[in-house]
Amino acid sequence: MFSRAYRAAITLPPLLWVAAFLLIPYALLFCYSFWSVSPEQAIVHSWNLDNYRELFRVNVYLQTLFRSMWIAARVTIFALLLGYPLAYFLSFHAGKRKDLLYQLVIIPLWVSYLVRAYAWKTILGSDGVLNTLLQYVHLTKHPLEFLLYSPFAVVLTLTHIYTPFTFLPIYASLEHIPRNLVEASHDLGASPFQTFWRVIFPLSIPGVLAGATFAFVLSLGDFLAPLLLGGPSGIMISNIVVSLFGAAYNWPLGAAISLCMLVLVIGLLFLSENLEKKWSFR
Amino acid sequence: MATSTESAITNAARPGAEPLLTIRNIAKSFGRNAVLRDISLQVAEGEFLTILGESGSGKTTLLRIIAGFENADSGEIWMGGERLDPLPPYRRRVNTVFQHYALFPHLTVEDNVGYGLRVAKRPKQEIASRVEQALAMVKMTDYARSKPAKISGGQQQRIALARALVNRPRLLLLDEPLSALDANLRRQMQVELKSLQREVGISFVFVTHDQEEAMVMSDRIALLRMGELEQVASPREIYSRPATAYTAQFIGHTNLLHAEVKDGIARCHSLSWRTGFRDGPALFSLRPENIRLAGATAAHDVIRFRAKVRHQAFHGATELLQIECADGLLLSIRTASRENRQGDLDLEFSASDAVPVRESPERN
Repeated sequence: MFSRAYRAAITLPPLLWVAAFLLIPYALLFCYSFWSVSPEQAIVHSWNLDNYRELFRVNVYLQTLFRSMWIAARVTIFALLLGYPLAYFLSFHAGKRKDLLYQLVIIPLWVSYLVRAYAWKTILGSDGVLNTLLQYVHLTKHPLEFLLYSPFAVVLTLTHIYTPFTFLPIYASLEHIPRNLVEASHDLGASPFQTFWRVIFPLSIPGVLAGATFAFVLSLGDFLAPLLLGGPSGIMISNIVVSLFGAAYNWPLGAAISLCMLVLVIGLLFLSENLEKKWSFR
Repeated sequence: MATSTESAITNAARPGAEPLLTIRNIAKSFGRNAVLRDISLQVAEGEFLTILGESGSGKTTLLRIIAGFENADSGEIWMGGERLDPLPPYRRRVNTVFQHYALFPHLTVEDNVGYGLRVAKRPKQEIASRVEQALAMVKMTDYARSKPAKISGGQQQRIALARALVNRPRLLLLDEPLSALDANLRRQMQVELKSLQREVGISFVFVTHDQEEAMVMSDRIALLRMGELEQVASPREIYSRPATAYTAQFIGHTNLLHAEVKDGIARCHSLSWRTGFRDGPALFSLRPENIRLAGATAAHDVIRFRAKVRHQAFHGATELLQIECADGLLLSIRTASRENRQGDLDLEFSASDAVPVRESPERN
């Protein structure tokens, strides 16, 4: 059909793009993770497993990784608990307001991440909106300190930021459910509650899995929310990577941690893709 | 159109049979668009009633109102002494076979069929045996463990039927269930569906736009046109005694003759025949097969005329001829097939076969 030159001309640019911005950086990351840093802070190009040993030897790395996963898990659960009912309501019961409400969910995505994170800072801070209100109505005498600079603040902010990312795939999967299946279920005597659990929910599982994957993977790798709102107890694994590549100047260890994260995330994506396939029927 | 009292009588179920379903003065609009106007209809116990109409006639809306998926703006629906229309669909003892079957894609064939029994929390053993019976009834036992995506359209159709009938509804609604099948399979399913209906004895309300399908299967046909019932009668009656010009044209072919009646004689161009119709302009329907090649002797009240063959369309056993009378009147006639009809034909028809029909009023 098309000449070889034409085919080369259209496949080459994306290939170059992927090579320059994905394959080469990942290959470098891979190499760095097996190199080391000399006391004079120079990269030593000698292959060894020291970085990976260090990773499992020093408690703080694994602890922070587990804390990050725990934070990401909580964000995922809360984002699903908020996103699913919202998507369900919009898809099945919003009627004519559907488009408007959909836009209202999407609009926050256009607001800079930083603005949304800072907004929570002004709400949760000791002079913030929430503490001022609580003292004003005499619920507390002193500002509540745990609100800001804590894992709580990180989970809250990330839930706020990533709920639209769980909402969207769930909404899409609900929109794809043929409405005559819902009618068929009612027709066969199933109440709305039975219809939800026997027909609607099972058919929306691919969307739930996709949404959960988004929320978990995105919050697992987040470093701005913990940086701005996490305080010392809310540090996440990406903050460590940032400091290793920055102030600490230990690129090899940073690369090793990054690579572990990458493997973890790819494994998760693989798992979720397989589960989604198992639960889609068209 | 008939007044509501008149239509309540003419649309009554067969004499002697208990009405199972009574539809009273149902009206429905979507926005400014009136889809159904004052529909009254009864369905007898064990009857096969077909709601026939073109797309946009309101037939599917009427079915959805009976099932409970739409609410009527006014009117009532009763089934066996119980008022149906305030109930949600899941509280009506009515089941539906959907146009595109609407099988649950995540459930196996047997779980689809058992769905109604499971949500009704029937004992497990009862569910298993009733599902098995239902699958045997539609000859789908071998596919019990398949997912709907793995079986053909005709098979999905049978499962949709089994899934509805397994609940032993008092009334089964069918929304153009055969329209997605190819012609051969459709004819086969028409016969199967009809004999299945006789076997189970459940009332069927069947919606279709296909007049042939309606004729083959129904005990009675309710012809719907632009939201109003045009005529409700048995297939034979609706064919031989169409009440309106629309009915006569929609069901089979016909010749519509615009005649002038005076002193018991109707005149249309050079043709004239005896009629009981009152004086004035009148419209008559004369079926093509009721115009015959003239015999040797003329019987009483038989009108004879000569016409030229203009066009010949071969239909297998019969053919449809387009003929032109001396005064330019064009008619269709149906005769046994014969090669090369040419020239003039001597034709005749009986006065009683020219059926007076009402002009169908313009609507909207």
